[in-house]
Amino acid sequence: MGAQQFGARVARVEDPALLSGRGRFVDDVKLPGMLHACFVRSPHGHARIRGIDAAAAKALPGVHAVFTADDMPAPMAAERMPMLVPNPAISAALTQHCLAREEVCYVGQTVAVVIADSRHIAEDAAALVDVDYDPLKAVSDCREALKDGSPRAHLALDTNIASKFRMAYGDVDAAFASAAHVFSEDIWQHRGGGMAMEARAVIAQPDPLSGLLTVWSATQTPHIGRRMMADLLDRSLESIRVIAPDVGGGFGPKAIFYAEEAVIPAAALKLNRPVKWTEDRREHFMCATQERDQYWNVSIALDPYGKIVGVRGTLLHDTGAFVPWGIIMPYIAAATMPGPYVIPNYALDVTVALTNKVATTPVRGAGRPQAVFAMERLMDRAAQELELDPTEIRRRNFIQPEQMPYSVGLTFRDGKPLVYDSGDYPKAQSEALRLIDHAAFRRRQSKARTEGRFIGIGLANYVEGTGLGPYEGVTVRILPNGKVAVATGATNQGQGTRTTLAQVVADRLGCRFDDIVMTIGDTAAISQGIGAFASRQAVNAGSSAALAGAEVRTQVVKLAAQVLGVPADDIDVEDGMAVARHGNRQSVSFRDLARLAQGMPGFSLAPGQTPGLEHTAYFAPPQAAYCSGTHVVEVEVDPMIGSVQIIDYAVAHDSGKIINPLIVDGQIQGGVAHGIGNALLEWMRYDENAQPLTTTFADYLIPMATDVPTCKIAHVESPSPLNPLGVKGAGEGGTIPAAAAIVAAVEDALAEFGVHFAECPLMPDRIVEALRRAGAYEKLGEVA
Amino acid sequence: MDKRSVSLRVNGRQYEREVEPRLSLADFLRHELDLTGTHLGCEHGVCGACTVLIDGRTARSCLTFAVQVDGCEVTTVESLASPDGALNVLQQAMREKHGLQCGFCTPGVLMTLTELLNDNPDPTEDDVRTVLTGNLCRCTGYSGMVEAALEASRRMREQRGN
Repeated sequence: MGAQQFGARVARVEDPALLSGRGRFVDDVKLPGMLHACFVRSPHGHARIRGIDAAAAKALPGVHAVFTADDMPAPMAAERMPMLVPNPAISAALTQHCLAREEVCYVGQTVAVVIADSRHIAEDAAALVDVDYDPLKAVSDCREALKDGSPRAHLALDTNIASKFRMAYGDVDAAFASAAHVFSEDIWQHRGGGMAMEARAVIAQPDPLSGLLTVWSATQTPHIGRRMMADLLDRSLESIRVIAPDVGGGFGPKAIFYAEEAVIPAAALKLNRPVKWTEDRREHFMCATQERDQYWNVSIALDPYGKIVGVRGTLLHDTGAFVPWGIIMPYIAAATMPGPYVIPNYALDVTVALTNKVATTPVRGAGRPQAVFAMERLMDRAAQELELDPTEIRRRNFIQPEQMPYSVGLTFRDGKPLVYDSGDYPKAQSEALRLIDHAAFRRRQSKARTEGRFIGIGLANYVEGTGLGPYEGVTVRILPNGKVAVATGATNQGQGTRTTLAQVVADRLGCRFDDIVMTIGDTAAISQGIGAFASRQAVNAGSSAALAGAEVRTQVVKLAAQVLGVPADDIDVEDGMAVARHGNRQSVSFRDLARLAQGMPGFSLAPGQTPGLEHTAYFAPPQAAYCSGTHVVEVEVDPMIGSVQIIDYAVAHDSGKIINPLIVDGQIQGGVAHGIGNALLEWMRYDENAQPLTTTFADYLIPMATDVPTCKIAHVESPSPLNPLGVKGAGEGGTIPAAAAIVAAVEDALAEFGVHFAECPLMPDRIVEALRRAGAYEKLGEVA
Repeated sequence: MDKRSVSLRVNGRQYEREVEPRLSLADFLRHELDLTGTHLGCEHGVCGACTVLIDGRTARSCLTFAVQVDGCEVTTVESLASPDGALNVLQQAMREKHGLQCGFCTPGVLMTLTELLNDNPDPTEDDVRTVLTGNLCRCTGYSGMVEAALEASRRMREQRGN
């Protein structure tokens, strides 16, 4: 029998093509007669459009069309784009027009599109489109946005507040009134973009013969995209096929639906030619969604023994000019803050502000890194003030494993009570501390200090709701050639989705791993689909793969029992064969069974038999499965230049049962790299007119190979009771606590100077400034 | 726009083409020769996804015009595997050590490491990390590709030793 695939470090099926230059990304697709698009984008943060003159652009040889909003079909010409995740707490429910009409509200907003024979000509012509703008005052900083007299992000609104809501339980004010200790922090946090190495790209191909519109898009959510296109173009779902081929990274920004994904199909339909648009990196910095700024003012109340009695505060979130994915990030942030700790009373008042910048939507972590940063900074502050070790104050406040399932007292974004299904937080912390040899750290630190080196340690804990609904589907079908077709609405942007789902199907069905033919990221393959976000695919699609595989195995057993004339409970299924356990072990292959299962023209099926050997399962989770973990990091700081080098990084991670440790370790390592970027490097800057200032990889830094150490990883496995595989998501946990741990470590390295940090990214100039204010250079001068 | 003729070898094969002077080598490879393994991640010379070898040395094909490589030998990711598809030692190590996830930066990474292993048969981890600073990867956190390069160099030394 074939080796068990679940839990094995199976090499990925995705790799050979990607390693050989045979990957197929959207921009690699070339169609006969294909035209190329370039968008005309707003150069202003906020402006009225008085008129558009495209005559010069249209006159350029090789230009086929210049389209503005009125050229778009109904209803997208006039109506705004649908909001993907509405919420009653949103008071200003604004999404953008696919092509702007009277007003533009951020730099880069789509105003017109040029279609030409080549990308070069389209870009030349776009520069010739004369848009008459009446520039308006823009609002750039979300704190300014709330002030009286601030410019409005939209002409039609008399407020810049998109939403205000409170997340709370218990009686937090009473808890604070009687607490032994109260400490407060003012925190600025910024997260940049997803910055997948492949930017966005769309190709649309109308087929006048079949009426089918085929759209290739570098998206995490092709099924959602198809629904949006159907609404905006007023077409039936069945007349649109969306394909996400190889996609070069997602990280959240490719989960939402963009204006360009509607405009390119509309242009292709109008011209009756295939049209391609490939985003360049500058456009990606301007127009792909980000996370950006949050301001937290939070306090912690403790009893005399360092046990938390309450946490309260405010959170201000910059949503940008629109709310295409609702208010998910601040909502998740507010729900994530209690984390792994027993917090009897909690209240967070959240304000979501509109600014004239590109919309914010989830980036790997989706508001959780900020919540963890805020909570862990409070824990570190309390530890310092109470003279407790940071590890000890956390130990005193952990939810204990025997308290599982643990009801926090809040409602999560899935609308369900926030109940942690499983987890062992004290164990994760002790595992991570063991990996980094925490017990010996203070000795290492003293030794380093005698060498003139400043090293520090920091830790952070987190709990993350993963595997969110509504569902994901998997079809398993045995083909007449004996291969096994697997189709899913789950998608792949590097997570190895094909590999993990094939592992599950091979085990549950009893076929060879190599005999699986997988179709993924294609709306033609399965009726319903959602896609990749919220670390949801292993839970949802993985569970569906298990259910569908098991059901087809039952069909195989039933049919094989008839064919072989043995009882069904005497049949084993392995390596694509149904084998009788007794006698002379007669067998029948999947190939023969699949042919039999098709039936014969004119003959009835056997009683109870269903056509074919196939099943589609849609696993719908009852609620989120909560993964958790601890990061501990050791850093070295050069106080003279404010640089931070990460020396050692340990992760104890609980994502339940693990389908493929090779892939999960890769997710953690990559997630930590993203977290290092958030902690120390990534800052999407705008000026006071909301002009983006960091639109190249030379201005906006993402971690390089010398910035990211190889993490030490331990897996704490608390299987989730909420799905048949016992799995939890693993895609974001590497990022979520990283910034909190790293900034704590920097502070620890410089503890002798008494500097305190409540911001991320923590830039070198800020470290130097804090040291200067603390008089560190005078002290260092004395030493020298 | 006026076109210029360019004559070059790519992966051992001779090509003659008429191209606009502003056509980048990357676009030339991808769209004129259909060698789409070379990717464009930033088109401003930082991310390194477009890295190819020109006369054996790494270069950014996004910052190189096609007309500049007239008379040169260009090597791309498509040259690495055997014609039958068998992965070379470095590619195989990248797979085993999970040195890639989405695979978009991978062609550039492979070309950078190909040059490194040609130049230095026994690189240290620091050597590998230093050359890889020219290739941005958002997925992996680099550890897999660093291990892969070290593993490939070990195997290549063993092969040479035999």
